[in-house]
Amino acid sequence: MSLATGPSASLGAGLLEVRDLHVTFRTPDRTVHAVNGVSFDVKRGETLGILGESGSGKSVTLRSILKLHPEHRTRWSGSIRLEGDEILDMTGTALADLRGSRVSMIFQEPATAFDPVFTIGHQIAETIKRHTGKSEADAWTRARELLELVRIPSPAQRLKAYPHEMSGGMRQRAMIALALSCNPSLLLADEPTTALDATVQIQVLLLIRELQRELDLGVIFVTHDIGVAVEVSDRIGVMYAGKLVELAGVEQMVDAPRHPYSRGLLASTVHGGMRGRRLEAIPGAPPDLAEAPAACSFAPRCKYVEAQCLSAPPPLAAAAEDHLVRCVGTVNAAG
Amino acid sequence: MDSVLPVKDRGGPSQPLLLARDLRKHFPVAGGLLGRATRVVRAVDDLTLSVEKGETLGVVGESGCGKSTVARLLMRLIRPDRGTMVLDGDPVDEPHGITVNELRRQVQMVFQDSYASLNPRLTTVETLAFAPKAHGLPAAEAKSRSRDLLAKVGLDPNTFADRYPHELSGGQRQRVNIARALALRPRLVILDEAVSALDKSVEAQVLNMLVDLKDELGLTYVFISHDLNVVQYLSDRVLVMYLGKIVEIGAVEAIYSDPQHPYTRALLSARPTMDPRRRTKEAPIQGDPPNPIDPPSGCRFRTRCPFAEDVCARVEPVLADTGAQEVACHMRASGSGHSRAA
Repeated sequence: MSLATGPSASLGAGLLEVRDLHVTFRTPDRTVHAVNGVSFDVKRGETLGILGESGSGKSVTLRSILKLHPEHRTRWSGSIRLEGDEILDMTGTALADLRGSRVSMIFQEPATAFDPVFTIGHQIAETIKRHTGKSEADAWTRARELLELVRIPSPAQRLKAYPHEMSGGMRQRAMIALALSCNPSLLLADEPTTALDATVQIQVLLLIRELQRELDLGVIFVTHDIGVAVEVSDRIGVMYAGKLVELAGVEQMVDAPRHPYSRGLLASTVHGGMRGRRLEAIPGAPPDLAEAPAACSFAPRCKYVEAQCLSAPPPLAAAAEDHLVRCVGTVNAAG
Repeated sequence: MDSVLPVKDRGGPSQPLLLARDLRKHFPVAGGLLGRATRVVRAVDDLTLSVEKGETLGVVGESGCGKSTVARLLMRLIRPDRGTMVLDGDPVDEPHGITVNELRRQVQMVFQDSYASLNPRLTTVETLAFAPKAHGLPAAEAKSRSRDLLAKVGLDPNTFADRYPHELSGGQRQRVNIARALALRPRLVILDEAVSALDKSVEAQVLNMLVDLKDELGLTYVFISHDLNVVQYLSDRVLVMYLGKIVEIGAVEAIYSDPQHPYTRALLSARPTMDPRRRTKEAPIQGDPPNPIDPPSGCRFRTRCPFAEDVCARVEPVLADTGAQEVACHMRASGSGHSRAA
């Protein structure tokens, strides 16, 4: 239960501290408990991969760090602290100052993240002027440097390009340039390579990895693709039904996953050498999140289910050093 | 009813189920003065392929390579500009051959978007009974057969028969789409990114089911996907496309263990690793795939190929047999003029 204690318990090199985050969406006809008690830390210079399937709450967790959900329909509770400042309490100007300057985000679809009627250079320079107060000329110089930083060829010409004039890979590089324009300490990446072609995806993953090291960034990288998570992450958190079910270093996670869901996810992911073998699919489907879970959310699909799994939600507990698992069964016996 | 019985095999096991010769599809693009079509997207260019009985032919390539256009041409959802097709010995849409309607009964398709592919106003049973009824099966019989089909794709008819598409999960909807493709007892099923939108744990369930259905019903698959791992898992032969052309085709083992074309090699080594100790250090090729409008002269891959020479810009390489596979690359053709050619 090392993470459930108050935020003062573990300061140190922490850049971001998320504690017991709950996110609920309410509309007149239904309520969705999207995130149900998520806690984790991110340090400077570290990439945390968050792995999960659709509806697991991975994107909602990420977007909550910038409070991107509409205020009137969303209820947050818990705590998200960036270098000690509580993000969930921020509103108005404080929030606008945070977004894009201390924390910034790259999205899955770079085509829709840019405004189609302004050039790439204009949009990057505008962000720089808004957050740093630089002059027009200085902002454009900085924008050019940024395009060089993300390895866009002939950057001076590319500044004058409109988003539709760029290929998918170039647009995603330009979005990374925009995200880094005001020297954020934390970069949030929401499936940024999912829409890209295979040969382009690996280029962008390598770029993010290099920039993260060069600029000593903290990165949270959300993905549904285990291979992508392995390429970029130092640690991996697996989410299911709005909770982190396992959190461990990337090698531990791949070599010795403990939670039955993580193990099922790894076993059901098709890769070379599985030809001719039957895939170990996880039966069933994820639960409906209309109600907050009162027991282990994975229990209905789990082959190791016991009575205590159904009586109360299991805690996130240490199964080994730096290896947290939310499962009563696997912590006791690794079988 | 004759029209909804399985079609008998005609040419025997060694005759290809489907042969396509010199298929070409160019799409005009509006542009230039007065919006006249002056440029064309060369989506599929003079493509020849055969699908053997009982095999799974995997088709891979990046966006814009023409793989979905191939799928639509094989089902005649779009008309080819030129080229011929032969289904088990019968020419398609020709005087002495079979009609396009007959082709579509024997060749069915499953699309990527499971929601857009279903009529939102029809329940699953209505969807599955639609085509058999249109082909003359009495309504009651079509309905009872639909319930059997549901069971076959792992959906309990008592629970799912009367549900509408919005009441199903993505995986369940895709099962309904697969069941619908099987309703007319086709011989060939074209799966165009059919599992790509599914979550991994659900994808595994559907892949297992596809393997079972193929064995049980004696089906042949054309499996189109951008996911090289899934293609390797399912396919017997693999076809690699780049900008409307086949660059390499052969047995799955040969393509994956000894790729001959530089593009195939790049595509395979661009796959993210599952081993954190062996992360990718360098991207195999730089840049994006070029626009299929006005593709490069000669070899279309030459603008991204690390081995490109003069000959690659001048002469278009043709598919040549290298033993285990066929490859279209000057480096693999002796006497081509490329310095690396034998």
